Amino acid sequence: MYQYNEIDQTLVDERVAQFRRQTQQYLKGELNDDQFRALRLRNGLYIQTHAPMLRIAVPYGLLSTQQLRKIAHIARHYDKNYCHFTTRQNIQFNWPKLEQVPDILAELATVQMHAIQTSGNCMRNTTTDHLAGVCVDEIEDPRPYCELIRQWTTLHPEFDYLPRKFKIAVSGARHDRAATQFHDIGVHLVENDAGEIGFKILVGGGLGRTPIIGQVIKPYLEKKHLLSYLEAILRIYNLYGRRDNKYKARIKILVKETGLAKFTDKVENEWLQIRDRLELSEQRIAELKNHFTAPAYDSDAEADTSLAQVLSENKAFALWYKQNTVEHKIPGYRAVFLSLKAKDIAPGDMTDQQLDAVADLADTYSFGEVRTTHRQNLVFADVKQAELFSLWQQLAALNLATPNIGTVTDMICCPGLDFCSLANAGSIGIAKEINQALDDIDYIHDIGDVKINMSGCMNGCAHQSVGHIGILGVDKKGTEWYQITLGGSSENEAAIGERLGPSVAKHEVTQTILAILEVYVQQRQEDESFLQMVNRVGIEPFKERVYAAH
Amino acid sequence: MQLIKNQQLVDDQWLRVSDDDALATGNIIISLQRWQQDKPELVKRDGAIGVTLGPADEVASIADDLSHWQLIELHFPEFADGRLFSTAWLLRERYGFSGELRATGQFIPDQAFYLARVGVDAFQPANSAVLNDTLACLADFSVNYQVSVN
Repeated sequence: MYQYNEIDQTLVDERVAQFRRQTQQYLKGELNDDQFRALRLRNGLYIQTHAPMLRIAVPYGLLSTQQLRKIAHIARHYDKNYCHFTTRQNIQFNWPKLEQVPDILAELATVQMHAIQTSGNCMRNTTTDHLAGVCVDEIEDPRPYCELIRQWTTLHPEFDYLPRKFKIAVSGARHDRAATQFHDIGVHLVENDAGEIGFKILVGGGLGRTPIIGQVIKPYLEKKHLLSYLEAILRIYNLYGRRDNKYKARIKILVKETGLAKFTDKVENEWLQIRDRLELSEQRIAELKNHFTAPAYDSDAEADTSLAQVLSENKAFALWYKQNTVEHKIPGYRAVFLSLKAKDIAPGDMTDQQLDAVADLADTYSFGEVRTTHRQNLVFADVKQAELFSLWQQLAALNLATPNIGTVTDMICCPGLDFCSLANAGSIGIAKEINQALDDIDYIHDIGDVKINMSGCMNGCAHQSVGHIGILGVDKKGTEWYQITLGGSSENEAAIGERLGPSVAKHEVTQTILAILEVYVQQRQEDESFLQMVNRVGIEPFKERVYAAH
Repeated sequence: MQLIKNQQLVDDQWLRVSDDDALATGNIIISLQRWQQDKPELVKRDGAIGVTLGPADEVASIADDLSHWQLIELHFPEFADGRLFSTAWLLRERYGFSGELRATGQFIPDQAFYLARVGVDAFQPANSAVLNDTLACLADFSVNYQVSVN
């Protein structure tokens, strides 16, 4: 993975010093609330319901075990012994003390980490496919380009005070696992007719209050022009994005109000004037690729016969293997998901002890690297098949081997009313309730691929509008109600879910979800997935069942 | 009144002339509206001219006038509006403006480093008590990732 050079390290060290000064000035009353708010947000620090919340950047979801151990240390010494993995592949602490945040950032800087631009109206952490570099459907590894974008977006002097937050995602595979169609900018590695690899650029996608699918602004861009094209888009957005209404300030609204054709003209016109002076050299790209070379794979890994044997002997292991591991481009290896969705925990949470233990396991089984996913799980990307059984046993002992990846109980869930000052309704409690109601693992596997996303408010941190089943908490005269949507997707067939009907009361949510799943089980055709059935029959059959009793 | 110019505290050599006042001699800073209204008279007078731009003013629309100006004031009505960062970049990089680019108004010291990078060379915050902080903030970072004006 990428290793800091002297410039990277100096930059994060100087950022820590800067934030320490800003915090001291605020505590002394020399910065007012508004001023400090803008500065602290650009260092990941929110003021939440109970305490500040600190969001730490995990660039494109890649962590070394040294970094993981540092996170465990911070959880232990500065927080309540746990952390939370977010849908932007980042890490959040819910209980830091404001005056200790500069110390936390200084600790992070010692392991090449920071919290720069993890919130605020600026360019945020760049995300990507959690299977980058190992998946079988990859056109090219997106991580070198993610790192280029990370550097370019970090402390950009011109674009740090944008109309609103700005998110970029990169995908290098044919199957989009990075939700690129729902980002301010989506970048896809593509191959043109001449067999050359470049980028397709999408713009104006987004979730939140007004979910919109991104549109293609550049079908094919040569690699050397990546940063100049991003700069052109950002300059147009910075100058013309709305600043009068924060709900209309995202680039998706600018693209919509301007019209894609006219917006594209503006960007292209800007780009033509800058592209020759901001070219990426082949050498620069090669340097970055050198940070993401393949680990020392065992060329004999495929010769192993033990896996086939244990799979036939151990049903629980076989179930986990089927659900929580996926194919790897190197024969004899698998990518392994660690489920952070065990029945009794808040989705995406991990304790300091789990973090330390996972770091040890990653050192033993996966070349010392761990990935975070936007569905709030972890991935060991490079596990030898002969070692899967041993790894599974140890993950099970840590409560990280629930065989539910991609199933109904692998819910994306925001912190909700329990922690977040924006939320209108609770989410973690409901996730736990649904998880408990669905405790028959055979039934869960029979239902198969169903993505449930649940947010505690319109801001949609858990991407409810693109869940196969979306659950959105709303406030009705002081009580918590939930709107259900069906048919959303953030993958290739991107779609925004359709409202099922009137919102349901808190105590009815779990029953409603169970009823929806029943309709699917009863009316599906052969191998049809939940999403395929919703697309075939629409929401009516579900609606009839759910509201029949009312 | 003092300001920061080329990383040093200096006295202001410019006089602000409001839209209702008569044009003074010497170096004056006027509004864009005043410039547009009195341009024939202004180009004939002795003394340098500075013009104030706000976040909404488009650089392309004043490009032809730049050769008459020795100073452009970028006035921040609020610090969070980042359009003037692009305005500064455009003035320097696209239109080659080489006179003084002066940030004024509600920008905060912590933005000075970015402002300097996009080409601002003079700083006159509304709250003159933060002049020294602003000067110190110009040295917040010794490294950077992007190509910009500086």
